[in-house]
Amino acid sequence: MLYLHNIGAYFLMIVEMFRKPTKWSVMKQLILKDIDDLIIGSLGIVAFISFFVGGVVAIQTALNISNPLIPKNLVGFATRQSIILEFGPTFISIIMAGKVGSFITSSIGTMRVTEQIDALEVMGINSINYLIFPKFISLLLYPFVISIAMFLGILGGMVASVYGGFSTAGDYIAGIQLDFNPFHVTYAFIKTGVFAFILATIPSFHGFFMKGGALEVGKASTTSFVWTSVVIILLNYLLTQMLLS
Amino acid sequence: MIEVKDLHKSFGDVEILKGISTFFEKGKTNLIIGQSGSGKTVFIKCLLGLFPYEQGSIAYNGKIFSELTEDQKRDLRSEIGMVFQGSALFDSLTIAQNVMFPLKMFTKQSKSEMEDRVDFVLKRVNLIDAHNKMPSEASGGMQKRVAIARAIVNKPKYLFCDEPNSGLDPKTSIIIDNLIQEITNEYDITTVINSHDMNSVMEIGEKIVFLKDGLKAWEGSKDTIFKTDNEAVTNFVYSSELMKKVRQMYIEEKQ
Repeated sequence: MLYLHNIGAYFLMIVEMFRKPTKWSVMKQLILKDIDDLIIGSLGIVAFISFFVGGVVAIQTALNISNPLIPKNLVGFATRQSIILEFGPTFISIIMAGKVGSFITSSIGTMRVTEQIDALEVMGINSINYLIFPKFISLLLYPFVISIAMFLGILGGMVASVYGGFSTAGDYIAGIQLDFNPFHVTYAFIKTGVFAFILATIPSFHGFFMKGGALEVGKASTTSFVWTSVVIILLNYLLTQMLLS
Repeated sequence: MIEVKDLHKSFGDVEILKGISTFFEKGKTNLIIGQSGSGKTVFIKCLLGLFPYEQGSIAYNGKIFSELTEDQKRDLRSEIGMVFQGSALFDSLTIAQNVMFPLKMFTKQSKSEMEDRVDFVLKRVNLIDAHNKMPSEASGGMQKRVAIARAIVNKPKYLFCDEPNSGLDPKTSIIIDNLIQEITNEYDITTVINSHDMNSVMEIGEKIVFLKDGLKAWEGSKDTIFKTDNEAVTNFVYSSELMKKVRQMYIEEKQ
């Protein structure tokens, strides 16, 4: 019953997020601040992880090619497919659930504990719109983060292949261009858009409706990470089934 | 004026407010007192519309809160100032930005007009040169004064304070009490204070409502509280030796 109640409360929160909007002059500043916190602030870790995971994917692929008849450009091809189809949208989203999701839950949860949300409501402000809508809008730029992750992942794969002696730059680039299907990029960005919505709303839900004190803020952050990850993985499966099969 | 009739509020099977009826007058400091767990905070949150209630009514100047439309409720709330127990200042904003917040949200004033008003109210609560500090850099007393400044900046008709003295030393408590009373008289607003600080009761309690186990056990003023023989009130208010002596002295003086 509690799960059903929470699912209902989550969808009601989403409806409320679009009602009684906050003044644009105030909202604009909130959106810019959230873009800085959630998008710009995540670029460093996303770039670092993407580059090195791309390298690892390329090395693993190269090391598993034992048949001399398999062309060397397969390294570039496999790296591109892994990065665009799964690593970029899904793996990075799980990392973002930890980084951005925990930040959202703990910051909104702390506002709940310290009565700052009550203060907003007493003033007649739609606190859900004020707190969660700017996060939703700022995460519309999430595909930009994923684009960078894809580019750096493929670049990391090339650097690892070339400097590791597994393939030449020419072979790797030929592999990247081999059998390129533009719909795979569309599929990746459809997933990214859905995951951005999940990243903005599930951690916000856990922060906004939490009860208790500082300890519960920590617990809410953990719960939020678990549920965001679970929903991302489930939706990843469903979207893949619907769009690619 | 705020009028409350037969207010009932429960959490699950536990009834917290069991039918409270009272009224809070304009231009007066109205105190709600009672032991911890008596329902004071739930009562004040029902008055503010933060908690829905099952039965009864709350009327602001004759307008019954539960019968107002969402827009009317929003308009009414813009006339309410609230000082929370923990101040509830926005962590990410400076002190000046915190005070300016209601003006930005509810008025169409220019930036310079808002800055002038913020300067005025910060001076009114004796905070000078604190504009650019973050709330975390301010002391407990300063935070309370900022919260009061934020509550009055938009010239409210109603001021609610939830335990404004909690965590403050006696001297700062008196300063905060006097400030609230001065503001109440100056702006002729209806002030409702939730407190269990006996100094506040004796200093500024122009009207006092005593809650016990979710019921109104007594109501009166700082003058009548000395004379009452209501056992629940005397057990609570005169529980310390100091307060017993104060009462004795008051009675002897009157005789």
